[in-house]
Amino acid sequence: MAEFRLPKNSRIKKGKTFPAPDGAERTKNFRIYRWSPDDGENPRIDQYTIDLDQCGPMVLDAIIKIKNEIDPTLTFRRSCREGICGSCAFNIDGTNTLACTKGIDEIKGDVKIYPLPHMPVIKDLVPDLTHFYAQYASIRPWIRTQSPAPPDKERLQSREDREKIDGLYECILCACCSTSCPSYWWNGDRYLGPAILLQAYRWLADTRDEAAGERLDELEDPFKLYRCHTIMNCAKTCPKGLNPAKAIGEIKKMMLERRSI
Amino acid sequence: MQTDTRPLSPHLQIYRPQWTSVLSILHRLTGMLLSAGMMLITVWLVALASGPEHYASTQQALAHPILLAILVVWTSALFYHLLNGIRHLIWDAGMMMELPAARRSAWLVVALTIGLTALVWGRLL
Repeated sequence: MAEFRLPKNSRIKKGKTFPAPDGAERTKNFRIYRWSPDDGENPRIDQYTIDLDQCGPMVLDAIIKIKNEIDPTLTFRRSCREGICGSCAFNIDGTNTLACTKGIDEIKGDVKIYPLPHMPVIKDLVPDLTHFYAQYASIRPWIRTQSPAPPDKERLQSREDREKIDGLYECILCACCSTSCPSYWWNGDRYLGPAILLQAYRWLADTRDEAAGERLDELEDPFKLYRCHTIMNCAKTCPKGLNPAKAIGEIKKMMLERRSI
Repeated sequence: MQTDTRPLSPHLQIYRPQWTSVLSILHRLTGMLLSAGMMLITVWLVALASGPEHYASTQQALAHPILLAILVVWTSALFYHLLNGIRHLIWDAGMMMELPAARRSAWLVVALTIGLTALVWGRLL
């Protein structure tokens, strides 16, 4: 049964405020979720006021600036700063996206930043993705073949076959889509969620893979696949512009097609 | 490492309502409303079977503004659930799942729901 309220230890309290530096003309408030495992306190929202004239254009620039210059205890993941590693995925201004590709000027009013929704928090903006990665491993995301590999070259694909995984291979597993999905919020323990199902379809759609039947058998389950109710929050929020809902629809179609033979 | 004290990050509390999720939850709510509305239909059918006096008094009761308002909401729930159900069937056939198409069909469903409800009640009242 879905639990809509936050548990007692997760309810958010008021936090500290860090005012803008003197003489700042163009300022913006960043309201950021904070929680530390060390003090036994509930999560809180700290507010940092930033001088935009002394800050890069992206939300990631602002939180790096906060960590470097205002509050070194602020904890978050980041790496590539160009939308390819998927580390800096947060809930920014109400939807999930990458802080490195989200412009500060795209946000009206205060910039609110939370960890990815409905996940256990390790610290501040860092969610525990152990279960998400375990679900990814469970679909065995690699090529499975019966036929022997050609001795002198790779398994080649025609241009047309290669195009079948366009819109799928670009996924960077940032978990924005899965943690935007209400169905994943309520049933994430057993439902694989949009990101993992898009990956599952990425291998089903790969013409070099020879285990489609086996893969479909593994997904034929009331929870793993069929908790998708085509809400489409996943496609709406994907920072790479991919469409997990459509990929899941294709899996459901494959399930039906093989039954009607 | 102790992990059971970890808080759950906020979800419904902070996620901005999206046209995607709002239409989806409306589909569920209208479905529940339709089931609840079956009670009214049952009352009306029982009254119909119980003879002209019962039927007349029930008809009078149903003409009460509050009940009338409930019926209008129920009619709109019927049209929304029907139209959005067709939208889901089209999706299940693998069509119109791109985001722009999904957005257009979303507004079409909302517009048709309002239009058809207005049409029905315009003729009834």
